[in-house]
Amino acid sequence: MPLQLEIVTAERVVLSEEVDMVSAPSYEGRVGILPRHEPLLTVLQPGELHYVKNGVSMPYAISGGFMEVLPNRVTILADTAERADEIDEARAEQARAKAEQAVRDRQGAVDVAQAEIALRRATVRLQVAKLRRNRQQ
Amino acid sequence: MASAREIRRRIKSVKNTGKITKAMELVSASKMRRAQRNVLATRPYADRLYDVMGELTMRSMGGSSKHPLLQPHPTVTRVALILITPDRGLCGALNSNLTRAAARFITDQKSQGRSVSVIAVGKKGRDFILRAGQKLDSEIIGLGDAPPLVDVLPAATTAINGYSPDANGNYAYDEVYLLCAEFVNTLVQRPKLRRFLPVEAPGNAGATKVDYSYEPSQEDVLDQLLPRFIEVQLYQAILESIASEHSARMMAMRNANDNAKELVRDLTLTYNKARQAAITTEISEIAAGATALNQ
Repeated sequence: MPLQLEIVTAERVVLSEEVDMVSAPSYEGRVGILPRHEPLLTVLQPGELHYVKNGVSMPYAISGGFMEVLPNRVTILADTAERADEIDEARAEQARAKAEQAVRDRQGAVDVAQAEIALRRATVRLQVAKLRRNRQQ
Repeated sequence: MASAREIRRRIKSVKNTGKITKAMELVSASKMRRAQRNVLATRPYADRLYDVMGELTMRSMGGSSKHPLLQPHPTVTRVALILITPDRGLCGALNSNLTRAAARFITDQKSQGRSVSVIAVGKKGRDFILRAGQKLDSEIIGLGDAPPLVDVLPAATTAINGYSPDANGNYAYDEVYLLCAEFVNTLVQRPKLRRFLPVEAPGNAGATKVDYSYEPSQEDVLDQLLPRFIEVQLYQAILESIASEHSARMMAMRNANDNAKELVRDLTLTYNKARQAAITTEISEIAAGATALNQ
């Protein structure tokens, strides 16, 4: 029995595919989901999510969100989701430096909150990109 | 009657304006289509979130764990209005309809002895509030045509923080309302006012009746989910406003185009009449001259 995986962000449906296994950064650590998993609703941490299909693993960078698990369906409501090989490391590094600077400058609560979100996202993107590169070497 | 040359100049200038409005119409049409697509693209996320929230609130309804964002405040003295407007004009009556609705809302609330502060999304709304001397708590301008979710978060955060108790248990806002341009169809956009906070808990219609296990706990999941739900609602409203803005501009530009064409037609008629009159005058002068010579 395959597992229907959907990754949805507020802006668009990122992925909708039948997969064999999903591994996600849940609140209490990494969880692996196989078909016929018990129904579960969990908060996701920023981190790497990957799914396995026909023995091939595909990593995504997730910056927090929710995961709903049903026996044959997994829905990820992600804040942001990017495929690891779509991440431009140089650009992510730039974004991180910019966000860090903004957090340090502290101009107004709203700006800082926004910068912190940006910083968290940039950090996760970098981590996932690095993980993927290390694995390839 | 104006001279033929003046009329010709006028025709040319109207035609040029017509070209600009025609271009704006086409640009707005394509932007509107994209904006509509963006609105539709948020549906899957919002719908799933709504379902899950229905499930969660239904389960926690009976318990004591009523989330502060679902809980109405006992007395309402401070109200916040999130006013979503375009950044730019040239979109027909859209802006004035929105600001008029905002003004009506503020007067109405004040007559009930409530104070109103405004969270403005969009330049036109902000300018209006400042001009009217109303209290402006926060503003987001320059969102562009397809803003990502993170760009609209500050407005949602301001509303949520204001509605939640601060360190001393006081509230900045007792109720939060949202005013935006509802996209009815390409021809009709109208201001829509609705209550934003406290959140109307979805009924059990959305509940899937599955016995989930929750990680970390049901309350914690709801804690994290509710702000997200609020943010997405605001995001959808903003995207809908953007679609409304572009379709309003498209219609305004189409009208401007039609007017320009009509004006050109009238002016051309006047021009031809003037030309004809000039020719007639010239011929009669020549004829008169010839007759005088012959005598």
